[in-house]
Amino acid sequence: MTAPRDKLGRPVVVVTGMGITTSLGAGKADNWSKLVAGESGIRTITRFPIDGLKTTMAGTVDFVSVDPFSSTGLSERMAELVTQEALEQAGIGARGDFPGPLFLAVAPVEVEWPQRRELGRAVGAPDFTYDDLLRISGGGKYSAYHHRFMFGSVAAHLAETFGTKGSPISLSTACASGATSIQLGVEAIRRGETDAALCVATDGTVNPEALVRFSLLSALSTQNDPPQAASRPFSKNRDGFVMAEGAGALVLESYEAATARGARILGVIAGCGELTDSFHRTRSSPDGKPIIGCMNKTLADAGMTPDQIDHINAHGTATPENDKMEYNTTSAVFGDLLQKIPVTSNKSMVGHTISAAGAVEAIFSLLTLEHQRIPPTINYDNPDPTILFDVVGNKARDARVTAVMSNSFGFGGQNASLILTREPA
Amino acid sequence: MTDTASKPGQTEVWITGIGLATSLGEGLDANWAALQEKRINVDEKGFAPFIVHPLLPVTFDSQIPKKGDQRQMEAWQRIGVYAAGLALDSAGIKGNKDILSKIDMVVAAGGGERDLNVDTGVLTAEAKGANAPGFLNERLMSDLRPTLFLAQLSNLLAGNIAIVNGLGGTSRTFMGEEVAGADAARIALSRIASGESDIALVGGSHNGERKDLMVLYEFGDFNLKDKFAPVWGRKDHAGFALGSAGAFLVLESKAHAEARGAKPYAKLSSVVTDLARRKQSGDMEATLETLWDKLPKRDGKGAIISGATGAEPATSEERGFLKKHADFPVRSTGTMFGHTMETQFPLGIALAALSISRGALFPPNDSTGTEVEMQGAPTQIVVVGAGHWRGEGMALVEAI
Repeated sequence: MTAPRDKLGRPVVVVTGMGITTSLGAGKADNWSKLVAGESGIRTITRFPIDGLKTTMAGTVDFVSVDPFSSTGLSERMAELVTQEALEQAGIGARGDFPGPLFLAVAPVEVEWPQRRELGRAVGAPDFTYDDLLRISGGGKYSAYHHRFMFGSVAAHLAETFGTKGSPISLSTACASGATSIQLGVEAIRRGETDAALCVATDGTVNPEALVRFSLLSALSTQNDPPQAASRPFSKNRDGFVMAEGAGALVLESYEAATARGARILGVIAGCGELTDSFHRTRSSPDGKPIIGCMNKTLADAGMTPDQIDHINAHGTATPENDKMEYNTTSAVFGDLLQKIPVTSNKSMVGHTISAAGAVEAIFSLLTLEHQRIPPTINYDNPDPTILFDVVGNKARDARVTAVMSNSFGFGGQNASLILTREPA
Repeated sequence: MTDTASKPGQTEVWITGIGLATSLGEGLDANWAALQEKRINVDEKGFAPFIVHPLLPVTFDSQIPKKGDQRQMEAWQRIGVYAAGLALDSAGIKGNKDILSKIDMVVAAGGGERDLNVDTGVLTAEAKGANAPGFLNERLMSDLRPTLFLAQLSNLLAGNIAIVNGLGGTSRTFMGEEVAGADAARIALSRIASGESDIALVGGSHNGERKDLMVLYEFGDFNLKDKFAPVWGRKDHAGFALGSAGAFLVLESKAHAEARGAKPYAKLSSVVTDLARRKQSGDMEATLETLWDKLPKRDGKGAIISGATGAEPATSEERGFLKKHADFPVRSTGTMFGHTMETQFPLGIALAALSISRGALFPPNDSTGTEVEMQGAPTQIVVVGAGHWRGEGMALVEAI
């Protein structure tokens, strides 16, 4: 018999539905089997020309079609697919009538190059200024582009399709966005505002300009050949992250509401924590204090101690700085215990799904709890000798896993951690 | 519907800091004086035929002392960091490391301006025949400033506020045009009311002097053209004039404010938001009516501060709603400040709190009869925010 409330007297928040799409495929079954087999979803980009780019591979989701194509459209379509999967599993509410709010992590939206080029061609002259583009934008010919490129457009579409309640929230905390969407859902349930929340995170932004932007910040791996070997978390020869697309959806419910309707409980969001780093726009404070504080806050939120964590799903981007900083801060929190905690980075296989990563990796963590099997960190042939994690290198490992910490760190000083467990504490 | 109202057993939430940098000036006194004088700052020429409410220039150094920090930001971020600094000053917590290290932030943001020269350069070269497969890639690789990305990223408004002021609590950025500002206030309020948070910095900023935004809104024919008119007088000449503004609030639990001797401007009693389907005429008006009913009882001296945009059909639907509540004198922030998108709702809350603390609603500025004089001091002001395309929000600000 488990208490419906946690140690702090708040409703326990459980997961009753999950949906996922990554470059490995659509759905939990396909993703999980490929993930534990150590398959990579990273491939040479075929969606657009790669001439002139330093990085020519990514974890694109090419099997989802959108017409006319836009990154925001792909984000929306993937979000729809994973939400359908999560709702089917949860069996909650009625079709088009989800009994709670939507929290959506989504990449920032703007007009994209195909539409900008269409506008440029429509001017019909070889020489023009931005004012000429502005002059021909009105009159209703492009009204669909207004609707498409509203920041709130993806959330509004999902809210209308799935009948979520109230104002859907579109959020961005950079690479921590997926974790933040879950945190907002957990908080709403704990406050007693709702019995259920739909938390979705999606990112379909592998396009030329997004790739160039990260490239100009020297954040991306340039080990293009073979693409499957580009993402090398915790390796000595890691050289950056690999951009990727994907989406994850979780149906969260209070334990009480889930058990009352006889739902199958897939796991528990035992704790969430978040702590801002005000050191720099892209770099962590050298002393690591904000990340250490974030993990400690998460443990405290879960009412747990470091010895109760038996697996860490790392942020593990494979940038030189992140992995080093993540090791230093994690070892500061876990001390000697860390030697016995297996650590893995899903990004070695699916790449960095940016706005979706926190949710994608929370789902993989919950699947790890379900299967008692930890997916590998592939491309781990040349370990960084200064990173002394017990990395689950190259081959999946069977292990007793009761509580997973999943970490997400992003530009703008965004740090967020989650603790996921199999059963309520 | 999602709503946040102070429930029994929940703590009262006070507005203890307000920071404003707008087309009417910086700080509370300058904005209040301009409102009293019915002064509107519009530029009908610089972006003709489009109309904007440009930011009245400020000295960014006073809130963003490092030039290096200023260079890392686009105008929308500088405006926001500036207004956020003013809000911290106003709350008396600037430089207070104990409080700043735990303050929670909920920011409503769009994105930053594109490099129009790069965009135009690529498009004109293509118009002249550049069609090599890697043309776009090569131009972007060579022409985009590496740091421009960070100046455009939505969550880097919050990031820059944290860096400049040393904030270390939580940081969340909500996107989604107008209603993002209302949801930011709603979530911050509910977190404080429930005890999850003691103090929060909430707000947004917007640079309306941007042609790339005008293109986006022109796609939907939403821009006001040729001639300025107050929001309620645009029915046959619909549209919004983009405005530049930063508006930030410090929200704080009553206990936290009292413990440090902070003086409140007003109380934020409730914020409610929704997403009307807007498929049929009347949908939005019905949603506004439902939100109105969700607010706590209004038996004081009431008024409404509306963020109506001037775009149709949203503004007509809102006018229909306002007519049913004609006993509440109405003021429009859109007329006075232009349309500041994500910032409009925090701006409305700021002006409601300011009006309550100064014991008077600012004067009407409208010839259609929608806005009428108000005698005496308002004790309850409802802030209404209906998006030009999607999203509705309402807040109740009350005297303490």
